Amino acid sequence: MKDTEQNPGVPIMDAEAIRRALRRIAHEIIEQNADLRSVVLAGIPLRGVEIARRLAELIREVAKIDIETGTIDVAMHRDDVGTRAELPVVHASKLPLPLEHRTVIIVDDVLFTGRTARAAMDAISSFGRPARVQLAALVDRGHRELPINADYVGKNLPTATREQIQVRLQIVDNEPDAVWLFKE
Amino acid sequence: MSMNWNRKDLLGLRELSPEEINFILETADAFKQVGTREIKKVPALRGKTMVNFFVEPSTRTRTSFELAAHRLSADVINISATTSSLTKGETLKDTARNLEALHADILVLRHSSAGAPQFLAQRLKSSVINAGDGAHEHPTQGLLDIYTIRERRGKVDKLHIVIVGDILFSRVARSNIFGLTKLGARVTLVGPSTLVPREFEKLGVTVSYKIDDVLPTADVVNLLRIQHERQRKEYFPGIGEYTTLFGLTKERAKLLKPDCLVMHPGPINRGVEIDSEVADGLQSVILDQVTNGLAVRMAVLYLCGGIAT
Repeated sequence: MKDTEQNPGVPIMDAEAIRRALRRIAHEIIEQNADLRSVVLAGIPLRGVEIARRLAELIREVAKIDIETGTIDVAMHRDDVGTRAELPVVHASKLPLPLEHRTVIIVDDVLFTGRTARAAMDAISSFGRPARVQLAALVDRGHRELPINADYVGKNLPTATREQIQVRLQIVDNEPDAVWLFKE
Repeated sequence: MSMNWNRKDLLGLRELSPEEINFILETADAFKQVGTREIKKVPALRGKTMVNFFVEPSTRTRTSFELAAHRLSADVINISATTSSLTKGETLKDTARNLEALHADILVLRHSSAGAPQFLAQRLKSSVINAGDGAHEHPTQGLLDIYTIRERRGKVDKLHIVIVGDILFSRVARSNIFGLTKLGARVTLVGPSTLVPREFEKLGVTVSYKIDDVLPTADVVNLLRIQHERQRKEYFPGIGEYTTLFGLTKERAKLLKPDCLVMHPGPINRGVEIDSEVADGLQSVILDQVTNGLAVRMAVLYLCGGIAT
């Protein structure tokens, strides 16, 4: 993370901590889903997609099962278009179809207000009606604005609203894996 | 894909940068996927109102914009020349101001006068999308043509695109020329000399009057519709003569490379600018253009209509 001099970031997780957290989530997903083959890991761009890919890899190592991954765009399902200065960039969603009788696990880097997760659920329902939808996040920083909770959390991190959490992943950001906290 | 879109209007491709054109095409990729879902609708423009204001008749462009808006959850009002107060003598500006008073967020305008969309864009807070103005530009048609080429060939750069027909009076040709040359394509215009003046070469394209010379190197042939209804005698040979000289007949199509794409903005005049066998053949992407038009228009409405005003 290239921090500014006035506002240096506080490291919360390093590459090893992220690896351990994801391994734990992978084990929990295996435990809680008797029919692992029905699971779809649906990453939210950009970093959720990379986390979903890593989770699938970890699950393959442990359970010897290839589980399917996908991408779920939330930008076109947000409820604040036209109110933000910057228009969210839309990405193509890609999910294995049909979703009926499947468990879709939404995967994101940070769980905050819950609005992104809501938009993701909305997006998924336009593809079909999965048997179950679950939510996995690397970091849960609190401050929910909607009745939403994660099923799998890498790290619970109490924060102040004004603080910022940034996840950096090598493949996406070209920086070492890390989670940073920025105080306002 | 990290650029920040900041245009409320789409008036033409001439003023767009290559990055902006590519950004629209990439956004269209995301929206094209929506058409394959069980529920082909996203809430991106929920609560916004789009007015289709067509002062010149058009069915396919109007319905394409209408369906695009529906798929983005916007509300749509259609106003055509015959139903509008323009026939009662109201000026374009007054009509538009009335539309704005209805809190129309996006105005899609088809008009017989070049520059009409720009005139309104400068005066209205609403987004103005040019759906064809005179012989000036038809940017969403240009974009959907480029999108289709890029989808089929993976790129536009260095491809040889041949546009055939009435170039002089064609807004479709102009938008294609601006967009394609910005993205690095080589463009050749072909048609009767009255309709394809040499002056077009100033736009960075080649002009030719012999279609058989250019077809063998073409990667794409885009046939414009011969608009008999507005063709003036002094510019135009007879229909039969046009077909003989410039029509993409079954025989002439044999000159094409096997992977050359055949395009047409529609509606096609079978047997005039294109033979049925070619229009329905394996090289034809005419119906892809229609499908892609929807995705491109969703992208344009999302980008122009979605920015904070």
